[in-house]
Amino acid sequence: MSCVQIIADFGLRSIGIGERILPKKDISICEQIVLIGSGMLWNLYFAILAVVLGFFLATALAVARNSNSLLIRKPADWFVFLFRGSPLFIQFFFAYELFSVLPRNGIDIPLVLTTITIDTSWLTKAWLGALIVLFLNTSAYSAEIFYGALRAVPKGDLEAADAYGFSGLTKFRKIIWPTLLRLAWPSYTNEAIFLFHATALVFFSGFPAWRQKGDALYYASYLAEKTYNPFIPYPIAAVYFIAFTLLIILLFNAANKRLNRHLPSNEQRRVRYKPNLVR
Amino acid sequence: MSLQYCADPSLLHGWQWLSCYLLTPKHQLFYTSFLVVFALLAITAPVVLLLGFAGAMAKRSSFLPLRWFGSIYTSMVRGVPDVIFFLFVPIALDQLVEYARHKIKCPDITAPVYQGSDFIVCAAAKMPTSNADAWVHQLWGFSLAVIAFSIVFGAFAANTIHGALQAVPHNQLETARAYGMSDSQVFRRVHLPQMWTYALPGLSNLWMILVKATPLLFLLGVEDIVYWARELGGAKTSYFEYPHPDWRLWYFLALLVFYLLLTWLSGKFFARLTDKFSVDKSRSKANSIKPTLIGIGR
Repeated sequence: MSCVQIIADFGLRSIGIGERILPKKDISICEQIVLIGSGMLWNLYFAILAVVLGFFLATALAVARNSNSLLIRKPADWFVFLFRGSPLFIQFFFAYELFSVLPRNGIDIPLVLTTITIDTSWLTKAWLGALIVLFLNTSAYSAEIFYGALRAVPKGDLEAADAYGFSGLTKFRKIIWPTLLRLAWPSYTNEAIFLFHATALVFFSGFPAWRQKGDALYYASYLAEKTYNPFIPYPIAAVYFIAFTLLIILLFNAANKRLNRHLPSNEQRRVRYKPNLVR
Repeated sequence: MSLQYCADPSLLHGWQWLSCYLLTPKHQLFYTSFLVVFALLAITAPVVLLLGFAGAMAKRSSFLPLRWFGSIYTSMVRGVPDVIFFLFVPIALDQLVEYARHKIKCPDITAPVYQGSDFIVCAAAKMPTSNADAWVHQLWGFSLAVIAFSIVFGAFAANTIHGALQAVPHNQLETARAYGMSDSQVFRRVHLPQMWTYALPGLSNLWMILVKATPLLFLLGVEDIVYWARELGGAKTSYFEYPHPDWRLWYFLALLVFYLLLTWLSGKFFARLTDKFSVDKSRSKANSIKPTLIGIGR
């Protein structure tokens, strides 16, 4: 079988297009590369949606944590503690069990004129259930980063904003938020990278892969099991992850450049690619 | 250990049933499996520090290949998810050990070890040998897990320690040299002791990550708390002594609370330690921004 044929058969296998039965024996390198690559689609799907949606919730959470009102601050604090203090792996398991005990045939919400039935069966599927967990998880981690940056916004900036008559939402949108993003961006880049890596956990936790539609690591471990040779599939998956990690760095760097475009080039803070373990 | 009234579970109700249920032999295995988590932490933490130190030294080495090795080791965890290492390292090590034993113990077998979809070594090379007790298999699995954890988190630690060594102010080292200390004396008497204060935030973060990575033991086939939570929580029909519906939700809730407690206590401990060792007390108080920790390991 030629490699082109394999790409046609398995290139979109992870989303259910193409050959239904996975290769079982005499698995070629090409099949491994294509199958693991098709699994990558899931990792990208989870990472992109979770990071984009999480960005907004994280901003809201960071602002809430900075609030003077105890009623707003405490729930946000607890949310961040809950998701940062426990392993994502356990969160997946817990969420899956939680979603499975919800009634199968949906929840009826009676409104005045009509009843809305919320379909709950999708929640036990990875594409939605795991996405929700990842979204909440990255929101908590990003909120911690944004909160730290929010506290570090120079007092002088805020006073100047007050002096110019900025207040409320305008002050936040025009003064606080841009500075917050500038300060948080290097750490936020790391968060995006590690969230992307965390998507590899989805199909190893509570959420089952439906009809063998899984992510890159799911196929890598499937192939390692079938060929009994871990030295080929895992490095292939690793190369895919490295390639997309570099892409994330590239994108976030471009965003960083734009955020700091008012600064002379020698004063711009570079995005640091290493985990900021030392602070 | 079993209470007296537990003799016939079918007659029990309410809290009596629950107390008997929670003391079944299988539940006692579940409780002891928490020790597996602590054992893993107790063994890996020092090894991780040691590996991290070795990695950082390799990265600083003046010998080029060693420096390359150090750089590759510390950067590999940045591009590749840790789960891949946790899945890869145990199988790979297992096969490497068996292959080496195969070459030594059965030198006259020349057939390749990879045949089709099989990995074939002679019986004497199996690790552990096929007639070994179950606990040997368990121990071997656990050891492979420990090695995988140590390699991955050693790389994180190497990053931290390397950064901390760089962070020690240069004038301190120059002063030490001006006092006539040799390079190794500067390193031992000034550089290393000063390094710890800079490494502490990173190392405390690393500890949290290590704690949060312990449930991944389940992926490596170790009978840990996740294994038992799934095992015990699953629905039990009336065929069992203590029938109950699917209770996995509650078991995982218990694990969630366990981990929250563990990270919360660790956080308190490290906050105290940081307070004690912080470089400049007045500055750290004024700058009350907590170090934002990053989300690796989850």
